[in-house]
Amino acid sequence: MKVTVLSGKGGTGKTTVAVNMALSVPDIQLLDADVEEPNCQYFLKPNFNKSEEIYREIPEIDQNKCTACRKCVDFCEYNALAMMLDEVLVFPEICHSCGGCEKICPEDAITEIDRELGVLKHSSTEYDIDFWQGELNIGEESSVPVIEALKEKSDLQKDIIIDAQPGTTCPTIEAVVDSDFGILVTEPTPFGLSDLKIASQLMDELKIPYGVIINRAEEESDYIIENYCDKNNIDILLKIPFKREFAYLYSDGIPFVIDYPEWQAEFKKVFTEIRGVLDEKDYSN
Amino acid sequence: MKKITVISGKGGTGKTTLVSNLAYLAEDLVLADCDVDAPNLHLLLNPEVEETNIFKSNKLAIKDESKCIDCGICNEVCRFNAVSPVNYEIDPYKCEGCGVCVEMCPENALSLKLMETGEIYNSTTRFGPMVHANLKVGSDNSGKLVSEVREKAVEKGNKIDKDLLLIDGSPGIGCPVISSITGVDLVLFVTEPSRSGFSDLKRVAQVIEHFEIPALAVINKYDINKDISQEIVEYLKENEIELVGKISYSSLVVENLRNAELVVEQEKKSKVSQEIINIWKKIKTNIK
Repeated sequence: MKVTVLSGKGGTGKTTVAVNMALSVPDIQLLDADVEEPNCQYFLKPNFNKSEEIYREIPEIDQNKCTACRKCVDFCEYNALAMMLDEVLVFPEICHSCGGCEKICPEDAITEIDRELGVLKHSSTEYDIDFWQGELNIGEESSVPVIEALKEKSDLQKDIIIDAQPGTTCPTIEAVVDSDFGILVTEPTPFGLSDLKIASQLMDELKIPYGVIINRAEEESDYIIENYCDKNNIDILLKIPFKREFAYLYSDGIPFVIDYPEWQAEFKKVFTEIRGVLDEKDYSN
Repeated sequence: MKKITVISGKGGTGKTTLVSNLAYLAEDLVLADCDVDAPNLHLLLNPEVEETNIFKSNKLAIKDESKCIDCGICNEVCRFNAVSPVNYEIDPYKCEGCGVCVEMCPENALSLKLMETGEIYNSTTRFGPMVHANLKVGSDNSGKLVSEVREKAVEKGNKIDKDLLLIDGSPGIGCPVISSITGVDLVLFVTEPSRSGFSDLKRVAQVIEHFEIPALAVINKYDINKDISQEIVEYLKENEIELVGKISYSSLVVENLRNAELVVEQEKKSKVSQEIINIWKKIKTNIK
């Protein structure tokens, strides 16, 4: 079973949920797909023992062969190629590595060279979690190829939890697109609600079943989220109360189930419930 | 006109809350919400939309079934796995609109179609004009929409001769963030004292350094973990980023947020409001 933790808004508690859940369910694989800001590592304190650079291909122009015909410049949809005097310039950060320029060059003046985009790191942690993290290099713009490479590390024998990037665009979609279930993490504020709506629209469009976890829950304000979920038949899987101690543990990089082990049962229950929902769905299909 | 983008690396550190409270203190400025993935500034500033424009920038490959001979070349040449190997259907979430399949199709059965990325709004708030957007769910190319919002706000500000443009940015370090800082005079980091907040700050600060933009910083909820706050203070000093203030943790902030109110307006005398007022004073000396 593959479960992705996501949210429209940043900072609602995706990593908190992903890490604490991974620590509550046996034999789990955790993939940190928030490759712009991978943060699970600060809670799991992994000893990375394996790393793989992720490359993508960008064009290199052989100026001796180039006749400045402009075909590649006109073809590139991303404006990653430009004509300067009689030379074609490449802007590697905005190149999407589609390979089109190399294919259409009539003079065979373009070859593709590797450019490092990011890195994957692996560790088994002291908590018996098989942990992979993707990391985008500073200054690079495209997270998607790093997330794709990370997902290739999926061990399908295990249950997998994926920590996604916030938002509803390409990197988040890439993380969740082939998951069995999505956990949408939100908080009881107007911001939390507004962004939850966007995230649930995305899940509806992708046709992936999902449920909600309310983080920093407070009795007098949870209705903000509950009303919306009620109306739209969305399950609320769990509420994690607002506590200053939880905030402190978070800040110090300590998963709160370590200090409050009774919460492991809560996360385990959520995981079992998700499995139940999916089994039922399989059965009805 | 001075242009400032507020970013954080990590999400949820308080960018939008700070931007809206600063807008109140600035009284007269131009605002832009460049967090088009999850825009929230409008929830606090209640803009009145005056003009809506559809923004189209991403392209998708579209197939004319009547011309397709199922040769499979499109599937072979697509680097994004957007063409199904079974029936050669195009997955709109995977297609990046590069046009390689269009170029290589021997039957001219494929073409690129310009799609709607989202809507851009020209609005007014009680503190001045605001440009914001709504990205179509699941859409590609938020970077281009961010650039468009930023450019429209600059245009507006120049036209009516404002002194300040305040831009609410998005979390992360990738394409939307880079689009939101292009051409600005100053970046304001909003960080929080947590292991992850600090490390995300360092990553985004490297991006800013790469673009050689001067930066200021605010530590929000600094008293949640004073040890890490101290580490951040030292880091900022070493990297010549001016700390313009620390904001203490206060339940007043979230209470006001829940009522869509501004804490500096409702609780002027509170400690947290005084801290924000002092931050605004320091920012002002930086943009003179």
